[in-house]
Amino acid sequence: MSLAWTMTKRRLELPMPLVLGMAIILAALLLAIAAPWVAPFDPIAQDTPNALQPPSLAHLFGTDNFGRDIFSRVIWAIRVDLQIGFFGVLFPFIIGTAIGLTSGYLGGLTDAIFMRIVDIVLAFPFLVLMLAIIAHLGPGLLSFYIAIALVGWVSYARLVRAQVLVLKHSDFVTAAKSLGFSHARIMLRHILPNALVASIVFSMSDIVLVILSGAAVSYLGLGVQPPTAEWGIMIAEGQAFITTAWWITTFPGLALVILAFGFSMAADGLGELLGVRE
Amino acid sequence: MDRFRFVFTRPLQLVPVLVGISIITFLLVRSIPGDPARVLLGTKSTPEAIARIRAQFGLDEPLWLQYFYFIKNLFKGEMGKSILYRVDVLQLITERLAPTLFLVLGSVVLAVLIAVPLASFAAGRRGKIFDHVIRLVSTAGLGFPAFWLGIMLIIVFSVKLGWFPVSGYGEDALDRLHHMVLPCVTVALALSAVLTRNLRASILAEMSSDHALAARARSLPEHVIFFRHVLPNSLVPTINLLAVNIGWLIGGTVVVESVFSLPGLGQLLVRGIFTRDFMVVQGVAMAFAVASVAVNFIADLLTVAADPRVRL
Repeated sequence: MSLAWTMTKRRLELPMPLVLGMAIILAALLLAIAAPWVAPFDPIAQDTPNALQPPSLAHLFGTDNFGRDIFSRVIWAIRVDLQIGFFGVLFPFIIGTAIGLTSGYLGGLTDAIFMRIVDIVLAFPFLVLMLAIIAHLGPGLLSFYIAIALVGWVSYARLVRAQVLVLKHSDFVTAAKSLGFSHARIMLRHILPNALVASIVFSMSDIVLVILSGAAVSYLGLGVQPPTAEWGIMIAEGQAFITTAWWITTFPGLALVILAFGFSMAADGLGELLGVRE
Repeated sequence: MDRFRFVFTRPLQLVPVLVGISIITFLLVRSIPGDPARVLLGTKSTPEAIARIRAQFGLDEPLWLQYFYFIKNLFKGEMGKSILYRVDVLQLITERLAPTLFLVLGSVVLAVLIAVPLASFAAGRRGKIFDHVIRLVSTAGLGFPAFWLGIMLIIVFSVKLGWFPVSGYGEDALDRLHHMVLPCVTVALALSAVLTRNLRASILAEMSSDHALAARARSLPEHVIFFRHVLPNSLVPTINLLAVNIGWLIGGTVVVESVFSLPGLGQLLVRGIFTRDFMVVQGVAMAFAVASVAVNFIADLLTVAADPRVRL
């Protein structure tokens, strides 16, 4: 509710970073949808006679060691990397919000137990714990999603819980309680919408971390598997050819940087707009 | 010295976290489907070896008793043997510690050397072009994948210019320093983006603080105010920021070690995953977790030492 209100109040003065960031994200989305029409070649079709061609008019970003068109692969990869960003944030967001809300609202032993678990998960370096989990599940995108859900929820749980602790003593919650509303109703209808603003802003900058982690895990060979076009894998595949064909690694990395920049800007702008500082 | 009482109380508070770390590590090993002894020993296991592992880790006992055995072994310094290297995991970790430590420390020092001047300039020219450029660059820097940045540096400085070796760790001290330049720069560039953003904000806050105003009222020159009053104070939150980011930094070194084929802990972890050398994976994960807890404790110590107002 407060989110919608803040939005309408300042509709006319959108911060520049938000506009720029959203423009980049929107462009990426459109390219992802239009990939079959924008990309001139099949992203996984091999054409060995044309292997390791430098950038030219026929192949804007050149070709890799299998003769695959890098430009087409970079475009198709947007689908995969956006999907990584979306699901890699969605699952931790849902789990973290549910736990943070319950933990903060109930307090007591439940809260103490959940917060100790948060401390312990946070003690592990993010990527290291994820890699350790993926080691057991086996390489692949599904393992990545499970690992990030198991590790990433803690930040959201902390954020939401902190908000809930303040909100549960606010006047409107006391009013709702005196009206005899159920705990579930108070939690979901009154507290949750107000507790979400901070975590929505955080999720925007979290997407950057998630996409980079997804690409890093794929770069290490533990995420998305070949021949799927994904930026992290493409960078790894090109590393063997850096002395002769710089373009294989350079362009997918640039695409990653641009998309990540878009989300960082959008997160900055959104934070500014909603008055949330990290 | 009342302020430093936490030096003795904090480690006690850290015990539950350390126990938690050991439980997660323990559960990770035990959650592998199949016979743990067989999984831990790999395909080349002999019946005798399996029997020995079963006894050492109490694998026929109930889960809580197995955890007890796990902790007992841990206190004896036994984390199990690596299947691939056929040596104790702890020994493997100590052997691989140096490159990782070098990488972390080197990149932190470099990152501070990059971030302090940039943040100072940006804060001093607030709202001017230079400030905007630095803010834009540091925002973009947050989204730079370290592994890609490393490869780009290799292409430019090793392949094209031939200044630095493409990968590896080198033989003697000087050679190692030469090999470590690019890896350290890679991690430092990524880290300095975060540092610059935060340092700029805390410098701006310190510049408008009461003590800076008081110094200005005493008509101290602006550069004295900056170096004596503003900068030291704004560096204090940076200590904490570095500590908070230690997990992220370790993650970065894991990937960067793979890029430059450095024989550190990160590479040990990644190889362990590929060879299904689970004892190594658990050992390294636990070592990293304990290290980041320790770093946070040290950061608290430094913060209290640096700022008399802070009480923990």
